[in-house]
Amino acid sequence: MAPRTTASAAVERPFDALSRNQLLELFYYARLTRDVEERLAILYRQNKVVGGLYRSLGQEGESVAAAYALARRDAVAPLIRNLGAILTRGVRPRDLFAQYMAKASSPTRGRDLNTHFSHIPPPDSDEPVIIGPISMLGDLVPVIAGVTLGARMQRHPRVGLTFVGDGATSTGSFHEGMNLAAVLKLPVVVVAEDNKFAYSTPVPMQMAIDRIDRRAEAYGIPHEMVDGNDMPAVYDAVKRAADRARAGGGPSLVGVDTMRMRGHAEHDDMRYVPRELLEQWKARDPIDRYRRWLLDHDVAREHEIDDIAKMTARHAAEEAQLAGESPLPDPAKAARGVCAEDAWMEPRLELVKSPFA
Amino acid sequence: MATLTYLEAIRSAMAEEMARDERVFVLGEDVGAYGGAFKATEGLLGRFGAERVIDTPISETAIIGAAVGAAYLGMRPIAEMQFIDFIACCFNIVTNFAAKSRYRWGAGVPMVVRGPCGGGVGGGPFHSGNPEAYFAHTAGLKIVEPATPHDAKGLLKAAIRDDDPVLFLEHKYLYRRLKEDLPEDDYIVPIGKAIVRREGSDASVVTFGAMVHVALEAATRLEEDGLDIEVLDLRTLAPLDRRAILESVARTSRALVLHEASRTGGIGGEIAACIAEEGFEYLDAPVTRLASLDTPVPYSPPLERAFMPDADKVVDAIRRLVRY
Repeated sequence: MAPRTTASAAVERPFDALSRNQLLELFYYARLTRDVEERLAILYRQNKVVGGLYRSLGQEGESVAAAYALARRDAVAPLIRNLGAILTRGVRPRDLFAQYMAKASSPTRGRDLNTHFSHIPPPDSDEPVIIGPISMLGDLVPVIAGVTLGARMQRHPRVGLTFVGDGATSTGSFHEGMNLAAVLKLPVVVVAEDNKFAYSTPVPMQMAIDRIDRRAEAYGIPHEMVDGNDMPAVYDAVKRAADRARAGGGPSLVGVDTMRMRGHAEHDDMRYVPRELLEQWKARDPIDRYRRWLLDHDVAREHEIDDIAKMTARHAAEEAQLAGESPLPDPAKAARGVCAEDAWMEPRLELVKSPFA
Repeated sequence: MATLTYLEAIRSAMAEEMARDERVFVLGEDVGAYGGAFKATEGLLGRFGAERVIDTPISETAIIGAAVGAAYLGMRPIAEMQFIDFIACCFNIVTNFAAKSRYRWGAGVPMVVRGPCGGGVGGGPFHSGNPEAYFAHTAGLKIVEPATPHDAKGLLKAAIRDDDPVLFLEHKYLYRRLKEDLPEDDYIVPIGKAIVRREGSDASVVTFGAMVHVALEAATRLEEDGLDIEVLDLRTLAPLDRRAILESVARTSRALVLHEASRTGGIGGEIAACIAEEGFEYLDAPVTRLASLDTPVPYSPPLERAFMPDADKVVDAIRRLVRY
């Protein structure tokens, strides 16, 4: 293996500090995200997914790179299209498959959809906090602010990362949460995804500013805009923001320029998206680009990268099989667990490490 | 024994719980240096510091969102709504994020949302609300509303210790009008338990909050008619103490359901349905509701008096009920 060429010391990039294993692990998670979703798309066509399937095709890179920039014990609050962030934090694909297939074995025992589940280890645990979304977007911003507030009071601080789409930056919850985090100087990083459409609504119908990261100017917090399909660039921006948050510098907003390559959900034929826009962004696919980057920088050879892709495809297939074989929930339990006196399930999520850890 | 007002009882409950459990903290608008619009949190900042008594921007959704996030990690936030009417601004995050969490994935949200409710003080349409019915319809929330200083303290302590989100409704008319000798020891009033405030045999008034005192006044006046009226103070509105309601109706065979919120869609409908479904054979008369008009809460005193139930209206309603 040829040694990785290092950039000159003049520009300090956090990304340059990553080991070869870490660089490959980033590829592993991005590739795994796509393979899990491809497998979900098959299950969807087979009518095995209950309800809709919401793809992150074309945006996997930013979710993975942003989550990868966190310390292990940091908190993350992903959205529906941040499957990559969830996998990067160590959630097993079988749990995601079970969620989409509404199985009794799923983290929510079939009570809620897709990425709507959480993981809350004890305060001093090194495991990450994961807070799943609800469908009312924007709400995760104040909630992740509260997670970091609570962790700070417990003397076991955690940086909190959440994501917000261009559409959800129009909500009051987004504004209230950003403003509170700024006023209380909470260690929050918000990745604001400009993925060009909120369902069918284009970004210019969502905001009268030219760059999504400028939303942050109202809160007096640092912000920058990066190419969301450039995984090293996203990693750098989020790492800098997380380091600043950890050091007491308060929240930041990182805008990512990316493209939702499928419809809002799989039922949506996205006739409102110009074909040339899709072509243009297909050429900027984040996983292809990162693969090229690994090759160009002599991190790995083609066959080694192909081996990783084979590994993730096989892993996704096996995990989907496992989830598919598990039973649906027992309807006799439908009324259980509304309140503490009838506590019925404990949050349950087993996190795993990648082969590169 | 210390003699405390209803408001002081609330303050004392928060101070005691903050002293015994470092996970408990307060957040809201003007709760710190100013001590809260009604002074419920006065003195807490000096005693517990700015980390545990947090002044926030005017952002009800951010207040509840931050409380939910901290509660997930095991903290016990007490979020103040300056007036409970403003909970409308964060209806979504209360009903969708906080309330549904335990059912969705098993994590409780041990959070108290407290604030002043109720009319009779010339507060007008936006400072007089009684929003219990909006929230009683949401699975996963508990709702309490004390009628006395003793219960205000004991129920708030129980709410803070509860593992679910509790909506704690404080009737602002009672804040400084009631005083009571409270035990020095650490007591709680359990959530979900009603109490008979006055025993009687001719009719039951099922009520809560400030209306308990209106019902008691009416019951005293009806002694002249030779009527012996029972007053049941629900104290908790979710979950309802159905057993206490049915036991009272079994004793009296007549029920007047009394509340200060508007009548249509009010929680009185649920109580009446409970009696009709499970206590039909006890009844000698139809279950009757007495509540406020189906209008916003009007401002001017004569209008507000026309809007709300008072002892005269309760006396009339009970006389009709026993004549049936």
